[in-house]
Order: sequence, then structure tokens, then C-alpha cells
Amino acid sequence: MTTPMVQAIGVRKSYGANEVLKSVDLTVARGEVTCLIGPSGSGKSTLLRCINHLEKHDAGELRVDGELVGYQLRNGKLYERTERELCEDRAAIGMVFQRFNLFPHFTALENITIGQEKVKGVSPAAAKQRAHELLERVGLGAKADHYPSQLSGGQQQRVAIARALAMEPKLMLFDEPTSALDPELVGEVLDVMKDLAKSGMTMVVVTHEMGFAREVANSVYFLDGGVIEESGDPREILVRPQSERLQNFLSKVL
Amino acid sequence: MPSVVEEPVVVPLRHPWRWVSSAVAVVLVAMLVHTLFSKVNGQWRFGWNVVFQYLFNKYVLEGLWLTVFVTIMSMLIGFVLGMILAVMRMSSNRLMTGIAWLYTWFFRGTPVYVQLLFWYNIAILYQSITLGIPFSHAWTLLTISSNSVFTVVRAAIVAFGLNEAAYFSEIARGGLLSIDEGQLEAAKAIGMTRGQSLRYIIVPQAMRVILPPSGNEVISMLKTTSIASAIGLPELLYQTDNIAARTFQVMPMLIVASLWYLAVTTVLSIGQFYLERHYAKGALRTVPPTPLQRIRADFSRAFGGRLRSAR
Repeated sequence: MTTPMVQAIGVRKSYGANEVLKSVDLTVARGEVTCLIGPSGSGKSTLLRCINHLEKHDAGELRVDGELVGYQLRNGKLYERTERELCEDRAAIGMVFQRFNLFPHFTALENITIGQEKVKGVSPAAAKQRAHELLERVGLGAKADHYPSQLSGGQQQRVAIARALAMEPKLMLFDEPTSALDPELVGEVLDVMKDLAKSGMTMVVVTHEMGFAREVANSVYFLDGGVIEESGDPREILVRPQSERLQNFLSKVL
Repeated sequence: MPSVVEEPVVVPLRHPWRWVSSAVAVVLVAMLVHTLFSKVNGQWRFGWNVVFQYLFNKYVLEGLWLTVFVTIMSMLIGFVLGMILAVMRMSSNRLMTGIAWLYTWFFRGTPVYVQLLFWYNIAILYQSITLGIPFSHAWTLLTISSNSVFTVVRAAIVAFGLNEAAYFSEIARGGLLSIDEGQLEAAKAIGMTRGQSLRYIIVPQAMRVILPPSGNEVISMLKTTSIASAIGLPELLYQTDNIAARTFQVMPMLIVASLWYLAVTTVLSIGQFYLERHYAKGALRTVPPTPLQRIRADFSRAFGGRLRSAR
């Protein structure tokens, strides 16, 4: 059995007295798409942010590609990883944000080249070529020299996906990638994500798009109040939810 | 068949008070110009001939250079140290935050004139400066006398630079705070270190907010350097004062100094415009036109239309 891409065992996270994640277990197999669904404040975004250590989990075991997130186990002790090591870890994990977070002072192209050049040390020419290829892939070949402010929300999010892909990640995290978009722009972003899933990328997606979850996801986790209430095959649990909470949730979002 | 309707005549609203206020303004400006170029007993009241006689005087130009030099050097110290203080102030290390706060508190809280005199007279406290092991006199690498370190020029640069750092750190902090937290997260997410995020992502965006007040600071510094004439720094005002004392041409020499201050300020303002334009990239859908482009556009609007209709 190969090691899963992401494995969480009893992961906990609190902000002060507020416990956001209460012992969460999660397994994301390689090449699979996992959707995290649940009401707002259920902890799904926090869980996602723990995976690339934007948030530090307080307890439990969290592994990406078999390696502990944020720590190193030596002689029975957990050593916190240095900033440089954390940066290397993060560079291998792509992340797409709800509010795009493109760099507004860079063009679409520069948004995609900056990480390659400064983090991976790719030559400017090679970075540029790869950026053009990626823009082509997300259907924005003609927008290379546009600044984010000159692009629609859907276009910005597609550039953000290309920016993440430029780092050649082994895992992609999506934090409600379509929640800030006008309804008519949601489709273009989901299409890019579907293509990405088809290409075999391992993806963890926090989403409210039940259609996407049902169609693309290999597994769905339903979080509520910091615990995983129900999980499984989307065609199973989204159609015949067992727990009352998921039934309730689905009746509201569908 | 279209019915012929008599188009009503549009009567523009009259603005009588605009005419009155304009007339008053014109008269006042005319009075000002008249008095500027009036003569008393056949001599220019403002002594323009003396002004132009001394405008490019060797000592005046030397003073001007020193003014510009001290301004540049102290602003450099101010910008670099101020940026460091701003980052320290925003760090999660409480000691760093505290030190940065204390620095700003002290240097903003005492008059820059006092600080200037302090550095100029530092030799009273420390006759020599020694490089060695802290709290020990056993080992010394290098010893120099304070007076040879803190010359008039260096005392002025250090005093103004350290003072400026306190003010600029707050400007820089404001700029850094204005950047959305998502930018730092996005930079982190592609694997950038904190230093890289600051350098490539945060600071370039913060510059947009930092630049306008910084322009103020530079211009303010340019003029503040004149108080260093009190410790005998032979800058612009010191030189013009000297000439005035010798020739009794007090007013013309003040005008000479003012004209040079205005000239440098003009150059700085132009530089600021282009710098701001550079950092506006991406923040605005279109960058504002340069004055030259604006004039060209005005021209083509005024004449281009007429030319086209004539064709």
C-alpha cells in the first residue's frame, strides 16, 4: 500500500478557548480529489490551512506525502521545522484562496513567474515560457500582460490556479475557490479544476459546490463543529446522507 | 412626417460672484507682481540685481551642495533604519517591538535641534570611541577620538538621519499595515520566506502608500538642514547669511536661499511624481498621464478636432 498524500490522525486546533478542530481524521489518496464540505465555522478552512502549515495544529498527527507537517521526528522528539524548511514544504503544495490573493502589482505573467524565479531558482526565460504554457492551459493565453485589476474574478482565480501550478506541486489545496465569484463566472473556474483533477492532480477542495463534489470528488468529508460527521463516496453520502446534520445541511445548500 | 417643434433656447446660469472673486484675485496678484518689481530711488526694492549677482556665487553653490548632500545622506539613514524599525515594530518578538517603540518615542519626543547639539557635543561625554568586547577594557580593536568621528557634517547627518528614522518608521509601518494579509499568505503559500515576501510582494505595494508622506519628509529635511548652521555647518543658509553679513544685503541673500530651496523642491516633486507613477502599476487600471502627455492630449483636443472638421 502506498502512503497517502495527506493523512490526519486526531488533529486538533484551538484559537484560545475556541476549539475549531476536535480530533479530525482524514486520508487523501494520491491522485484523488477530496472535498471538504460543511457550514461556515465548521473548521474546514482551518483544516486545509493546517495542511500547508499556514496554521499550526496543536495536537495530533498530520502528514503530507508521509512526512510530518511542521515537525521532524528525531530520537523520539518532535523538532519544529525551521522557516526555510517550512518554505520548502509549502513550495511543494499549491494553494488557491477564496479571494484569489493575486499580487496586484504584477501582471498575470509575473504572478506566475515570481515564485518560479525567486523560490525555485528557475531562469527568467524558462519561467516565462512555463507561465505562458500555464496561462494557455487555463484559457488565458491572451491575458499575460494584464494586471489583476484588469481581469474578471473568474479570470483572476484561473491565474491564481496557474500561479500555484507553476511551482509543480504534488498537492493542490483550494479554499472555497468559487465563493467570491459572480454566479456566471463559477463555471469557468470549476472547468479548470475538473481538467486538473482529470490530469491526476491530488486535490483537497473546500467548497459549497455540491455539483462539483458529486461529479469530481473521490471522497467527501462533512465537517460540523470541528468534527467529521460523515465521510465517504460523494455519490453515496450526498445522495443518502446518514447523519441528521448532513441531511439538514444538504437541504439548505441544494 | 416629423412634426417641427420649436427648440427652446437654453439660458446658462449666471455666476456673478465668480466674476467678483476673480476680479479681486486679479487685482491682488497684480499688486504683488507690481511690488516685487517696483523700484525705490532707482533701485529694485527686492534687490534683484544683487540676487542674480550672488545666485551662482561659488560659496552659495558650495552651500547648496552641502544642503543637498546632508539631505540625501540623512534621508538614506532615515529610510533604511526606519524600514528596519517598522519591521521590528511589527515582529512577533516582544523585545523587538519594545525597542522599536522606545526608539520612536525618544527621537520623536525630543527636538531635532537638541539632538543636533547632542551629537555635535558628544565628545564631552565620550572623548574616544573604542571597538572591542562589551563591558571590558581588556581588549580593544580600534580607538578613535570622537571629535574626529563627529565632524560638523557627520554630526548633522547622524542627528537628522536618526531623527528621520523615527518619523519614517511610522510612515513605513502605515504602508506595511495597508497591505491585505492575504498577500503575505499567498507569498507564503508559494514558498517565499518572510524576507522574500517583504521584498517582492509587501514593500513594493506598500510604496504606494509610503511615497506621498515620504516626499513630504524629504522636502521637510531639505529645509531642516538649515538649522545645522547653528553648529557651523556651511550649508546654503549659512553661506547666504555670511554674504549678507558682509554686504548688508540681507533680503536679497534670503531670496537667493529661497530660490535655491524652491528649485530643489521642484526637482524633488517631479521625481516624486514619476516614482509614484511607477509604483501605481497594477493598482490603477490606467496610470495617470505625465504632464507632457497631458499637454499633448489637451493640444490635440483643442486643435485636433478643429483640424479634423476642416478636412
